Amino acid sequence: MQDFIISIRSIAILWVLTAFLYPLLIFLIGQTAFPYQANGSLLRNAQGEVVGSALIGQTFKADKYFWSRPSVIAYSEGDNANPTGLSGGSNLAPDNPELLKRIQAEAQRLRDQGIEPTADLLYSSGSGLDPHISPAAAEAQVGRVARARGLSVEEVRSRISQNTDGRFLGVFGEPGVRVLSLNLALDRL
Amino acid sequence: MLQGFFQVILVLMVLVAVAPLLGRYMAQVFLGERTWLDRFISPIERVIFAGSGVLHGRSMTGGRYVRAVLVSNLVMIGLVYAILMFQGNLPLNPTGLAAPSWDLGLHTAISFTTNTNQQHYSGETTFSDFSQVGALGFLMFTSAATGIAVAIAFVRGLTGRSLGNFYTDLIVSITRILLPISIVGAIALLMAGVPETFAGPVVAQTLEGATQHIARGPVAHFEIIKELGENGGGFFGINSAHPFENPNNFTNLLETIIMLVIPAGLILTYGYIVGNPKQGWLIFGMVFAIYALFIVLAAVGEYQGNPRINQVLGGQQPNLEGEETRFGPFLTALWAVSTTGTMCGAINGLHDSLMPTGGFVTLSNLFLQIVWGGQGTGTAYLFVFLILTVFLTGLMVGRTPEFLGRKIEKREIVLASLILLIHPIAILIPTAITLAFPETLSGISNPGFHGISQVVYEYASAAANNGSGFEGLGDNTLWWNLSTSFSMLAGRYVPLVALVFLADGMARKQTVPETAGTLRTDTLLFTGVTAGSILILGALTFLPLLVLGPVAAAFNLG
Repeated sequence: MQDFIISIRSIAILWVLTAFLYPLLIFLIGQTAFPYQANGSLLRNAQGEVVGSALIGQTFKADKYFWSRPSVIAYSEGDNANPTGLSGGSNLAPDNPELLKRIQAEAQRLRDQGIEPTADLLYSSGSGLDPHISPAAAEAQVGRVARARGLSVEEVRSRISQNTDGRFLGVFGEPGVRVLSLNLALDRL
Repeated sequence: MLQGFFQVILVLMVLVAVAPLLGRYMAQVFLGERTWLDRFISPIERVIFAGSGVLHGRSMTGGRYVRAVLVSNLVMIGLVYAILMFQGNLPLNPTGLAAPSWDLGLHTAISFTTNTNQQHYSGETTFSDFSQVGALGFLMFTSAATGIAVAIAFVRGLTGRSLGNFYTDLIVSITRILLPISIVGAIALLMAGVPETFAGPVVAQTLEGATQHIARGPVAHFEIIKELGENGGGFFGINSAHPFENPNNFTNLLETIIMLVIPAGLILTYGYIVGNPKQGWLIFGMVFAIYALFIVLAAVGEYQGNPRINQVLGGQQPNLEGEETRFGPFLTALWAVSTTGTMCGAINGLHDSLMPTGGFVTLSNLFLQIVWGGQGTGTAYLFVFLILTVFLTGLMVGRTPEFLGRKIEKREIVLASLILLIHPIAILIPTAITLAFPETLSGISNPGFHGISQVVYEYASAAANNGSGFEGLGDNTLWWNLSTSFSMLAGRYVPLVALVFLADGMARKQTVPETAGTLRTDTLLFTGVTAGSILILGALTFLPLLVLGPVAAAFNLG
């Protein structure tokens, strides 16, 4: 019984500390000092409408846009994602025949469009929201985008390098091209 | 490949540099020495102690200590279950989510109280901000602190000290270790792009005119304690692969180190507390060697990629199914080995889609439970293995087995065996039942050998209090929720209780003076023998499962 009372008292106090004061502190710091990051790094167009988040990918199908990686949740777009938003991957095992079938179909589709597929353009991401493609995947699409927009390939390439995240400190991770930021930059030309 | 391993080596060097600092600090905290944080924390602590009624917390006997652990954890399960089931009537519910099913709510409450954080749901579609912050985020501190408190009581007992007071150690673990690091880390994550808002999802019109629902939430403060406390329960369904939980390679580096630093540091803490830092470093080195080997295995597998897909690509490229571009195969493999080794269970890539070598090492980590090991419990298990090895080698050479100057007798071996045996019991029996009814119970989503691994992994993850999964498994069913709850409870509380009684018994023994005939445990030779006994005692039980699962899958893949 004594244990029960001490448990309740200590849990109540620790709850206030870790589930109220601590989140409140971080929330206040976030909303005052880093409001852009704290609210999801949202990107807006000239009219001030939200067009997406700098950290979250989108689906692109048009020739004038760089295409993202395959996503099994369609980048949290459409009715399935209403209202909460979604995240998730395929969870297919390497030896699952479904994986091979899906990838063969996707490789065929890309080759029909004149794009030599890279690994990241065939494999679906874990989050379904991957904002990046590899520099090689961007290079494979550069000709198509330049033609569709009537730009020179060099012009498009310079936008790609402006919208590429390098490795952290030049060492950690893999470089990635931010697809949404890149397409936004091209639209603003 | 070289660049990839260079990254991994640098991460490991950071770990080796940081772990001793934290290890020394934790020893100071629990030995009651002065630290530079005293000035800020002592006044706050006094308020908490007074409010809890443990201002003069007296040291507990084994029985009282066990009762305190069990009663407090039961109260936590009850509190959190109530919050989850009434979330529809509670505030901070921007998407109007209703209560989960009773079995999912129960599974989630048990899962987070036992420091497992196995999730049979997707965060953004199931739990309100209030449930995430007020229920799950709360347990992330207390469950981690429970593990640390018991680990400290264990080493106190081994060295002949009294066990200490559970409540004061629980509180001190939070105020002096978990909370200060979390505050600094959460601010760093915020700056790097992790959101912290209660505003609910935002609706965006994409460039191509589609409607995108972007889930947001109070993520930053949640994310850091998720890693630091080896909790691993993601705010979002896809955990640290989600760009809002882990947006770039700064956050990925930080989260990887934070996930490893307490279990790695605690091994050295033990060394300081038993007054033999060399012993700590030898065990640290042994674990590090197994860990490094596992990383190499997993990373090479991911880097070489999937032979069937490489044929489509017309050349060798890494396996990126279920992986993020920014992390790539090496940091995904490093994370997978770290998260299963430390019983964190957070993921930055899908384990279901790892190559068979990745499946092999992640499962092995869950079986062994000591490649760093869980919050507090991992280090305690390592010392249990030391005790067993002393006993085994003592039998071989005909000496009385002694550890830290105390005789090891029947009671110690019985309790140590219990700790060792409950793990296979909590994994193999439910696995056998589930596999006997593949159509009705299993929920397997991948065909062939990998399907067996999915079931084994789920129970291994539950019993080891890890929480990661081969997530294709259809696991939000009555059977899965209740059977994994059994594995989590058995895998958590049986060893915790046994550890406390083991320590209590050791503390009461007369010390035996060290002589030339005493078997020294702080030598390279003895550490090697310990590694051998860990592999034999810990891994051999599970070898058939590894052969049926990932090994067979590897041969099948060609």
